[in-house]
Amino acid sequence: MHNKTIAEISAGLKAGKFSSEELTQDLLARIDRIDGKLNSFVTVTAEQAQAAARAADERIKANKATPLTGVPIAHKDIFCTEGVKTSCGSKMLDNFIAPYNATVVERMHAAGAVMLGKTNMDEFAMGSSNETSFYGAVKNPWDLERVPGGSSGGSAAAIAARLVPGATGTDTGGSIRQPAALCGVTGLKPTYGRVSRYGMIAFASSLDQGGPFARTAEDCALLLNAMSGFDGRDSTSIDKPVPDYTATLKDSIAGLKIGLPKEYFSEGLDAGMAQAVEQAIDVYKSMGCEIKEISLPNTHLSVPAYYVVAPAECSSNLSRFDGVRYGYRCENPSDLTDLYERSRGEGFGSEVKRRIMIGTYALSAGYYDAYYLKAQQIRRLISDDFTQAFADVDVIMGPTSPTTAFKLGEKTDDPVSMYLSDIYTIAANLAGLPGMSIPAGFSNGLPVGLQLIGNYFDEGGLLAAAHQYQQQTDWHTHTPQGFA
Amino acid sequence: MSLTNEEVKKIAHLARLRVNEDDLPTYAGNLSGILALVEQMNNVDTQGIVPMAHPQDASQRLRDDVVSENDQRERFQAIAPQTEAGLYLVPKVIE
Amino acid sequence: MEWESVIGLEIHAQLATSSKIFSGASTAYGAVPNTQACAVDLGMPGVLPVLNQKAVLMAAKFGIAVEAEIARRSVFARKNYFYPDLPKGYQISQFELPVVGKGKLDVMLEDGSTKTIGITRAHLEEDAGKSLHEDFHGMTGIDLNRAGTPLLEIVSEPDIRSAKEAVAYMKKIHSMVRYLEICDGNMQEGSFRCDANVSVRPKGQKEFGTRAEIKNLNSFRFVERAINHEIERQIDLIEGGDKVVQETRLYDSDKGETRSMRSKEEANDYRYFPDPDLLPLEITEEMLESVRATMPELPDGKRQRFVSEYDLNEYDATVLTASRELADFYEATLRFSDADPKLVANWVMGEFSAALNNDAIEIADSPVNPEMLGGMLTRITDNTISGKIAKEVFEAMWAGEGAADDIIEKKGLKQITDSGAIEAMIDEIIANNPQQLEQFRAGKEKLFGFFVGQAMKASGGKANPAQVNDILKRKLKG
Repeated sequence: MHNKTIAEISAGLKAGKFSSEELTQDLLARIDRIDGKLNSFVTVTAEQAQAAARAADERIKANKATPLTGVPIAHKDIFCTEGVKTSCGSKMLDNFIAPYNATVVERMHAAGAVMLGKTNMDEFAMGSSNETSFYGAVKNPWDLERVPGGSSGGSAAAIAARLVPGATGTDTGGSIRQPAALCGVTGLKPTYGRVSRYGMIAFASSLDQGGPFARTAEDCALLLNAMSGFDGRDSTSIDKPVPDYTATLKDSIAGLKIGLPKEYFSEGLDAGMAQAVEQAIDVYKSMGCEIKEISLPNTHLSVPAYYVVAPAECSSNLSRFDGVRYGYRCENPSDLTDLYERSRGEGFGSEVKRRIMIGTYALSAGYYDAYYLKAQQIRRLISDDFTQAFADVDVIMGPTSPTTAFKLGEKTDDPVSMYLSDIYTIAANLAGLPGMSIPAGFSNGLPVGLQLIGNYFDEGGLLAAAHQYQQQTDWHTHTPQGFA
Repeated sequence: MSLTNEEVKKIAHLARLRVNEDDLPTYAGNLSGILALVEQMNNVDTQGIVPMAHPQDASQRLRDDVVSENDQRERFQAIAPQTEAGLYLVPKVIE
Repeated sequence: MEWESVIGLEIHAQLATSSKIFSGASTAYGAVPNTQACAVDLGMPGVLPVLNQKAVLMAAKFGIAVEAEIARRSVFARKNYFYPDLPKGYQISQFELPVVGKGKLDVMLEDGSTKTIGITRAHLEEDAGKSLHEDFHGMTGIDLNRAGTPLLEIVSEPDIRSAKEAVAYMKKIHSMVRYLEICDGNMQEGSFRCDANVSVRPKGQKEFGTRAEIKNLNSFRFVERAINHEIERQIDLIEGGDKVVQETRLYDSDKGETRSMRSKEEANDYRYFPDPDLLPLEITEEMLESVRATMPELPDGKRQRFVSEYDLNEYDATVLTASRELADFYEATLRFSDADPKLVANWVMGEFSAALNNDAIEIADSPVNPEMLGGMLTRITDNTISGKIAKEVFEAMWAGEGAADDIIEKKGLKQITDSGAIEAMIDEIIANNPQQLEQFRAGKEKLFGFFVGQAMKASGGKANPAQVNDILKRKLKG
């Protein structure tokens, strides 16, 4: 049962082949049995899940079901869930029981999806390996000695290990696409503003965007249908109708113009990766797509600009964690400054502290122009690169990350090398464009992700291109050994 | 830009983060490394480029002036570290 | 040496919206602590600000009133600092691109001259919460009800040269925001308060001296005292060979002096940057049109109209238009009476204002409404009562004894205008006072007043004074 996709589950529930309660119990048991090896869940909400499953079964019987009614899912622990611990992977929020739901959680709940629990993540979504979590690293199901990617590593690993068919994630610099690639699953980061950020704990507000993980593009379309849309509680959410993303999955992609940025195939790209990506491009060629080499000349500046913009925003966003109204508070503070400094010093891990300090420095008097303003200008250049590219092509493709999953601990002492593993994903966040990563083969037994970047609000186009590739290939159906 | 231990201490205080003396050199090294990465931006002339603060080229949506929130003090303070008489308590504030 | 002081004010006017600037929580004053602080006001994780349109329109209204440029595109920025009454660790404010740009305001000074004070800018921002220092086992309590209340910060140019000018300017802004109905102006509740930047320099010097900022002045009296004290303190410092330090000071109203604020001593580095949760604020032509359509007549325009339409002098017109409520009361009273506008003005500025002051109440709570006062003034004009009797009638109306006509009737205060009756009365007085009559006729004309007094006394004050005069003049001549 755990091998079914969301589309299959949805059809099975509707046809009465199994109940949501049976499925939910099956998956909860599987999590209980297997997740000890992976650490992909921070919290499993077994009781609530069973109750939600029973309610979903009633709803299905009453013929009031949506395609997600009764479908088990998991939420990244960055989304606030009412009455359930929402830790954001941090000691700071280890005791935080959210008093409200994030809009994404609310919408999934309204659609009838059954939440099995909250998935592990890098602390405050800062990381590319899931090693910065207060709850310990998540292991990659393809090789338990390797990282699953980050920051939404728990969601990606749980799907790869068939613990849950779909999950939410957030992507600030690649945090959906990179773990999707490293775990061999499908993930989508929507256009900035497509999905409400309300109740999604902010890392870098102008870059953060929530999105779905699943095994297939079709499943991502089903999840995105439920997640997206305008929200009056988020000023940056866009008031634009949400199309039915499943309706356009089969639209012909013959004649689709695919741009391959030469900067994404340069040095630093692992040879096995390059080969897998090239083979994927060949599949598209065979489907009648037109391939063009393009240039995104400022790509090399995306990581430097990102590491000013994201830390600057995070340094301010994380100021609210001060030990006064919720969250961690140090023991016996001697005075107000001590309360602040120790609560934050003890509550945050070292990567979070590094980023807060970089951001504080970049915004401080005398450095603002040289760092923050400069980064905003570079951001414009990077965005303009894409505008130019999309004048010629419909979709941009390339590798999602420069390497396959690396070893646990391999990059923890060297933040800069860790940051560079997001070199291909960060630019889309700076520009606010939608992007996907889909399984495109293996290199030395580890999954390779193909990245697709689309024009603003062209999630439908990306999903169609991904779906049709998945009709021609079976990479997305591969299961890591021991998790079948 | 290479940061000294003293500078790291100053930044940490501005950000209200307690950093142990022993950890200062590591932070100084890490942060300097990140700044070196960031400073690759300096190789580009950005004169006249309009800074981009946000991916959306749109204006802010406004809400009507309507009271839509009710009192949830009990719920909110149930998760607070220290409250009394409906107030959040902190060590004495000196003005 | 002769010194000149240079003063600029930053006035914080709380905008009279129902809900907060970025959340749907109520702004009502005086609620139980933290019952009007929603998740957004508390800076809970993941919640986001959504701007209140009314606050924007109110800011634009103020901008139009002070002839300022309204920014078609303005930006909200975060001012970052840690303080327990600031839940997010930053205040959402405006920094580089405020909603209201350069404007100006004419202020009438004590000597009757007019001075134009420049307005640098006015921007929207959120208020902080309150720290309560009563003893909670040596701790401070935080109430966040006020957090997120919309404020318009109005920054003046350093054009002000004395504490009195500062007060005149602040009063004019106070009157303006109330005319515009964008702020209730309640200073006790903190809806209208200011920070004063004060420096001194030798008269004739161009450069500004080092300034000190006095925080949170919430009464006109405190503004005057605090600035005067600060000017003296700075002059004493410099003359004593010391230097003024740039710092934030707090006015202690009990001691009547300012003192340095220890908590703000540490150099602040606010790390302003555009708030990524809020896109640029656009003010469209339609929005401006809708604001212009609701623009009331402003104090200066009203004053000029009072002079030309009612033939009042500048002084009366200024006093009457100082507050919109008083001006409205005056005009309503005029509508309800046949009296001369000058007579109405005298009564509104005189007896009526004095009675309000005495009872320390606002016009809205006055027991005498325009209809009542107008009715009474009509009775003066039509000679039913004299001005003197009118004071008695007014007091009775103020005490709640009913309308003027009822009081006149009940108390029998109606003026005697029957000349036959007055003549008979005067004949009797003259007959009873032969000695005084003789002296008067011998040239002691001062005694005319004696006879008037006798006549008024005999009539219980009700004889028409003009008639008494005429008849007495005729009869005394003999």
